[in-house]
Amino acid sequence: MLGELFILFFKVGCMAFGGGYAVMSLIQRETMSRGWLDAADFREIGSLAGMAPGSIATNSATLIGYNQAGLAGAAAATAGMVLPSLLLVVVLAAFFVRLHDNGAVKAVFYGLRPVVAALILYAGIHFGFGEQTLHSLWSWQTAGMLLIGVGCLIAIVRYKLHPFAVILLSAAAGIILF
Amino acid sequence: MKLAAERRAELRMLPQIFAAFLKIGPSTFGGGYAMIATIEKEIVERREWMHRDEMRDMVSVAGSAPGGVAVNSAAFVGYRLGGLAGAAIAVIGITLPTLAIVLLLSLTFSFFRDQPKVEAALKGVHAAVTALIMLAAWKMARTSLFDAVSFGIAAVSLGLLLLTDIHSLWLIAAGPILGFTVSGIRRMRGMEPRTEPEHKSQNEQAMLPEYYI
Repeated sequence: MLGELFILFFKVGCMAFGGGYAVMSLIQRETMSRGWLDAADFREIGSLAGMAPGSIATNSATLIGYNQAGLAGAAAATAGMVLPSLLLVVVLAAFFVRLHDNGAVKAVFYGLRPVVAALILYAGIHFGFGEQTLHSLWSWQTAGMLLIGVGCLIAIVRYKLHPFAVILLSAAAGIILF
Repeated sequence: MKLAAERRAELRMLPQIFAAFLKIGPSTFGGGYAMIATIEKEIVERREWMHRDEMRDMVSVAGSAPGGVAVNSAAFVGYRLGGLAGAAIAVIGITLPTLAIVLLLSLTFSFFRDQPKVEAALKGVHAAVTALIMLAAWKMARTSLFDAVSFGIAAVSLGLLLLTDIHSLWLIAAGPILGFTVSGIRRMRGMEPRTEPEHKSQNEQAMLPEYYI
């Protein structure tokens, strides 16, 4: 189990461009197809992972590893997730520091960045509204969620509130609304 | 080959590198450039381990590799100060606090899981985290979508993700190939291949983290 956790999250870690948000739906897909958790479990794990500092994807890996195999599982999944970053950064730091002055590298990122933007947007849609059918979209639950979500965006963009303060306020809003 | 004395100096650095990043770990909330400023404060100003000019290299490398900017920056600084062992110890240092915090949160939550109010609070958090992901998507889009090709790649990618069962690996592989090909064709036609949005005179710092990848 530890080996499987490590290898799965090592693969995910290799694709975690854009800081980890982009691989959230990949983590959900891979863990659900293995029968490790269902959509509700993932929503819970993602919410807890988003509350803690650090990358939401790495934190999700930690929690999934813990649920599967205890502390050793958490360590294996987390190590798998950060090892690709560690190896690649060391190689880049040793040989290619002025990477972004290179035309070919710029061309590669020119094509990759829009994909990452789409992946993050999809992750947001999937994480927020993944289990909804068209019918259940018109519900008090969804309305409350949209209300809190929009409130969060205004609080962060307009009033420059710290993300953690926003999360605490949202928890309070959740208690009042739901 | 490194001199033996240099190796010993690197080894002596390891506990300090570990301590420095252990301290930075809990403040990596939300990621992005707020956190780069934290690292700069600790590494450049307080400990004077690196020069401010080297921070640009750090941001460039950390933004190009997969993974969170915090972990990547730690690996870069750790490598500069203490070689491969330094990189590893820095990554462990910055990861351990968040690992502990997220596990504690999860244990606390599972203890109170049956309370309906706790369940309701988590729904609020779920909405907030969704909003944070959307915000990250918007920041990424703002710095990466600026011409027909980049808008097209993003739109097609989103369409495929929403409507088909495509694995994201294919998109992550296809994007760079497309970018490379389009730039190559433009160069052959004698056009200046523009691969980055023009800066609207904002200070560069504000554009940094999402600017790369």
